[in-house]
Formats: sequence, structure tokens, C-alpha cells
Amino acid sequence: MGSDKPQSGDKTVPKPDWTDGLKDLYDTVVEEPLPDSFKDLLAKLDNPSSDGNS
Amino acid sequence: MAETKRTAAQKLEFKRELEAVIPHLRAFARGLCGRPDVADDLVQEALLKAWAAQERFEPGTSMRAWTFVILRNAYLTDMRRNRFRGEYDESVAERILTAPASQEEPIHLSDLHRALLTLPPERREALLLVGAGGFSYEEAANICGCAIGTIKSRVGRARVALTSMMEEGSIPQRSLDDAGAHPAILQELESVANKSEEIAES
Repeated sequence: MGSDKPQSGDKTVPKPDWTDGLKDLYDTVVEEPLPDSFKDLLAKLDNPSSDGNS
Repeated sequence: MAETKRTAAQKLEFKRELEAVIPHLRAFARGLCGRPDVADDLVQEALLKAWAAQERFEPGTSMRAWTFVILRNAYLTDMRRNRFRGEYDESVAERILTAPASQEEPIHLSDLHRALLTLPPERREALLLVGAGGFSYEEAANICGCAIGTIKSRVGRARVALTSMMEEGSIPQRSLDDAGAHPAILQELESVANKSEEIAES
């Protein structure tokens, strides 16, 4: 479960409302489907020779 | 440590792991620089660098942490070249802001993201790593190349700043256009980047 991170020294801030939001922001992007540009890039890694290989 | 030539199987495994962390790299990059297109460019740059440096990756260690260092360095380098100056995109911001926000949610993610973008980069990344990415303080310190105490203090300050912005609703409209903020941010970056470059770029 995603209970919040280390809370060693925080005494005044129990857990502000936005902390879950921060994770949501991150997770929303993590869950997005990968744009094709990334698949293209990964494919290119396999064949460096195919694009001139700098 | 010595760089060893990787076998085909190791390369394949490396690539598989690399592919698996892309969503996380995208999320981290989005948090760092705000604009989705710029963030994705940054991730692509980081992936190419990671691929080129794969012999420096120690199998069995965290691919996510390793690639975050590379991504972070690419970000800092680009920042110093002013690539992200004034990059806060108003049209994107507007789109986000006018997107239907569910009324029951106490926090609007768009506000939160905007508030996050107003934090100094060092604090923003620390908070992203620990508060969003789920890294421990120790892992975050390794990624940022600083002491654990430094990360704790950055996260603490970031939390205080965000809390007050979210509670008071005092989120600046255009953080990155703030003329006064730039010199300070860049100065801060200069010192961060100098230290970190040795770590991941070698």
C-alpha cells in the first residue's frame, strides 16, 4: 500500500492533502500508453547501423 | 570500475529493463520540466545516453535509479543551456487548468503541478523522487549526488512551500517567467550540475 514516505521529523505536518495528489500526478504519467516515438527509438537501439550510427 | 563487454543476452536484458523504466522516466521528467513534449524529448535523450553507457550499468542494481541520474543530468545540462527558460507553456497550463476538475477532489492536480513547478529545481526533484517516485531518502540522495540530510531538508522545504501554496491558494501564475527567479535558479543549478556531472557522465 502506498502509505506515505518517511515521516521522521515532521511534527507539524501530519500529511497534507496534496501528498496523494503528487503520487497521482506521477502515476498518471506512468500509466499513459507509450507514444510511438519511444517504440521507434527502442527499435533503433537494436539496429544502430540502420541509421548511420553517428 | 572496469567496463565489460556485454553479451547479446545481457544487452537484451538491459534493453528490457530500460524499456520498463520509460514510464517512470516520463513521469519524473514531466514533473521536472512541466511540458509533456519537452519532457519526452528529455527522456529520449536520456535513453540514448543510457544505451550508450550500458556497460557502466551494474546488472542487479536499480535501473530506475540509474536512469534517473542520467535523466537528471540531461535536464540540468539543458537547463544551463537555457533550454527550459520561459518554457512554462501558458496554453498548456490553460488547458490543464480548464480541464474539468472533479469537484469532490480536494486538490486540483493542475494546481499542484503548477505549484510544483514554482519550486526551486533541487527541491522539486527531491520531492518528486521521494514523494512521487517512492524512492527512499537514501536512494534519492544517491540519485542527486548529495547527502541524505540534504535531501531530507529539500523535501521538507518543498513540502512546507507546497502546503502553504495549496492551502493559501497562492500559486504564482507564471513561475518560470519570474524575472527574479531565474538568476537564482540558474545559480543553484550551476552548483548542482557541477557536482553531478562527475557522477553519471564520467
